[in-house]
Amino acid sequence: MKVLVAVKRVLDYNVKVRVKPDNSGVDLANVKMAMNPFCEIAVEEAVRLKEKGIATEIVVATIGPKVTQEQLRTALALGADRAIQIETDEEVQSLEAAKLLKALVDKEQPGLVILGKQSIDSDNNQTGQMLAQLTGMGQGTFASELVIEGDNAQVTREIDGGLVTVSLKLPAVVTTDLRLNEPRYASLPNIMKAKKKPLETMTPADLGVEVAPRLTTLKVEAPKPRQAGIKVEDVAQLVDKLKNEAKVI
Amino acid sequence: MAKPSTSYFNETHDQARASARRFVEREILPFIDDWEEAGEFPRELYQKAGAAGLLGIGYPEALGGSGEGDLFLKIAVSEELMAASSGGLVAGLGSLDIGLPPVIQWGKPALKEAIVPSVLSGEKIAALAISEPGGGSDVANLKTRAVRDGDFYRVSGSKTYITSGQRADYYTVAVRTGDKGHGGVSMLLIPRDTPGFTRGRNLKKTGWWASDTAELFFEDAKVPVSNLIGQENGGFMVIMTNFLRERLMLCVMAYSTAQLALDMALAYAKERQAFGRSLSGFQVTRHKLVDMATQVELAREYSYRCAALMQAGKNPVKEVAMAKNFTAQVAEDVTREAVQIFGGMGYMREARVERLARDARLLAIGGGTTEIMKELISKQMGL
Ligand SMILES: Cc1cc2nc3c(=O)[nH]c(=O)nc-3n(C[C@H](O)[C@H](O)[C@H](O)COP(=O)(O)OP(=O)(O)OC[C@H]3O[C@@H](n4cnc5c(N)ncnc54)[C@H](O)[C@@H]3O)c2cc1C
Repeated sequence: MKVLVAVKRVLDYNVKVRVKPDNSGVDLANVKMAMNPFCEIAVEEAVRLKEKGIATEIVVATIGPKVTQEQLRTALALGADRAIQIETDEEVQSLEAAKLLKALVDKEQPGLVILGKQSIDSDNNQTGQMLAQLTGMGQGTFASELVIEGDNAQVTREIDGGLVTVSLKLPAVVTTDLRLNEPRYASLPNIMKAKKKPLETMTPADLGVEVAPRLTTLKVEAPKPRQAGIKVEDVAQLVDKLKNEAKVI
Repeated sequence: MAKPSTSYFNETHDQARASARRFVEREILPFIDDWEEAGEFPRELYQKAGAAGLLGIGYPEALGGSGEGDLFLKIAVSEELMAASSGGLVAGLGSLDIGLPPVIQWGKPALKEAIVPSVLSGEKIAALAISEPGGGSDVANLKTRAVRDGDFYRVSGSKTYITSGQRADYYTVAVRTGDKGHGGVSMLLIPRDTPGFTRGRNLKKTGWWASDTAELFFEDAKVPVSNLIGQENGGFMVIMTNFLRERLMLCVMAYSTAQLALDMALAYAKERQAFGRSLSGFQVTRHKLVDMATQVELAREYSYRCAALMQAGKNPVKEVAMAKNFTAQVAEDVTREAVQIFGGMGYMREARVERLARDARLLAIGGGTTEIMKELISKQMGL
C-alpha cells in the first residue's frame, strides 16, 4: 500500500511567537522554522506502517516556497521514500491546500493519506477534513491509534468525551493527534541517505489548481498577557469567586 | 565566482543539529542533574548515541562512520550536545574522538576493523592515555615503558587523569619504546582485559562530574606488537596530530559553554527584580551582558576560522593554540559573570550556570595547558 503524507513548514514549536508591530501577522524574520509537530507524527506513523510491512511506499508532500524542501528532506531522513514539493510563494490557505492534495491523490492513488490534525501556525484544523470531502474518502481525524487490517482502517479518535473508534474503508484520510506516537529523530546516516532520495517539484498550475487566497486576514493580535493567580483563603471564597468573578458555576 | 558564504553550515548540518537537539532533549536533559551527582552516566547512552549516528561523525563509512571530510558537521553536532550543559557528559561520550583517530590514521587494517566499528556503534568505549602522574605537559619525556619481547611489548608504568579511564574498553596509550625525548615515544592500543593492566578509582574533580576519570596501572602488561599504532618510536607525531583536532573540539566546548551561560544570564536578567526593576534595567548589567556576548561571538567566529583552515587541509597549529587559549578564557570569564548575575542562585547546584562555571575551569588545563599553548605559539612566531 502506498501512503501519502502531507507535511507543513511552520515556526519551530520552541520559538516564542511575536506579532508584528503593524498587526499584519506573525514576525517570521530570522526565526527558526521546523516541520509541524503533528506532521512529524504523521510521518512517524507512515514509517511504522512500513516497518510492519503494511506500507510499501511512503510519498511525502509539501506546499510552499523553495525552502520547504528542508522539511521534505527531514521527512526523507525519517524514512519516507520520495518527496513532492508543490512550489509556490503564495500564502496557501486550507481549501487550496486540500485541492492541491486532492490533485496529488488523483495522480498518486495512495491507499492511505495521513496528515497532522492541524498546523501550529494557524491552527485551522481543516485541511484533512476538506481533503476527505473533495476526494470522497472516509476520514478518521484526531487519531490516537491506527490499525490497518486488509482494506480497512480502525482509527481510535480523541474527542471531548473520551475515545471513539471508527472503521474506515481504504483509501481513507487520517489526521494525527499528539498521542498517536512519539516521533523518532533522524539518525546521521539516514540524513546522509536522504540527500540521494528523489524529490520532485511541481507548481499549482501543473496540477491545475488556483491558489490565490480567498480569505483576507484583517488583523493579528497577541493574546492578552495572563494575570497572576491568587490563593484563596477557603472553599467558601473559592466558590464565591467561581460564581461571581469567573462566572463559571 | 561563487558568492562568499556568510555561514559555514549547510542544510545537512541543520538537519543533523535538529536530530542532535532532540537526542539531548529526550535522552540527556531529563537525567543530567542526577548523572552529574552520580559521577557517571549510563553506558547505554553510548549505544543510543551510536544508533543515532552521533558517534560516527567524521569517521570512514567502511568502519561504520558517516564519512570523513566534513568538520563543520562535527562542530554543529558538538554544539548541540553541549546544550546538555555538562562538559563531563560531552567529554565522556566523546572520549572516542581522542582515542580513535590515531588508530584510524595509523593503525593496521586488522586492528582498525577489530575495534573501530564497535566503538562507533557505542558497544565499546575508547580513551586516550598520554598524561602521567609524573607530568602531563612534558609529553616528550613520558616514562611508561614498553619493552619488546618477541611478538609482544611488555608495558610498565602508569597514566593519570584519563577521561573514560574507568570504563573504556580500548586505550590508545603513549609509551616509551626508545631513548629519551620525543624520538623514543610510540603509541599502543591496549585493550581493557590485558593481563597486568588495572584501573584506579573514579577521581573526584572540580567539574566534569559526569565523566569518569581514572588512573591506569601497567605492570608487565603483555600487548601484541600488532597493536602498535604507526611506527615504533614515531608516536610523538601521532600525538601532536591528534592534539590539533582535540584542541579545536575544546574550543567548541568552550564557546558553547559560554553561550549557554550567556543565554541563561540574559533570561535571568530580564526576569529577576531588584530595587523595583529587572536586573537588565541596570546599565551595569546590560553592559556586562554586552561584553559577554561580544566575547562569545569572537570566540566562536575565530574557532570557525580555525576549523575552516583545517577543513582546507592546512595545519593551523598556532591558530588553534591561540583559539584554545582565547576560548578557554572566554568560557571562564563569561561563566563567572553569569554566576554573578544569578547572585546567590548562581552558587546553587540547581542553577546550571554553577555547573558551567566549574566545568569551564578545565578548558585551560586539558588538551595542553594555556602555558604549553603559549610555548607552541611562541615557537611558531620564531621566538
Ligand atoms: C578532567 C581532566 C581530564 C583529562 N583527560 C585526559 C585524557 O583523557 N588523556 C590524557 O592523556 N590526559 C588527560 N588529562 C590530563 C591533562 O592533559 C593534563 O592535566 C595537562 O596536560 C597538564 O599536565 P599536568 O597535569 O601533569 O600538569 P604539569 O605538566 O605538571 O603542569 C603544571 C603547571 O606547570 C605549567 N607548566 C608546565 N610546563 C611548563 C612550561 N614549559 N612553561 C610554563 N609552564 C609550564 C603548566 O602549564 C601547569 O600550569 C585530563 C586532565 C583533567 C583535569
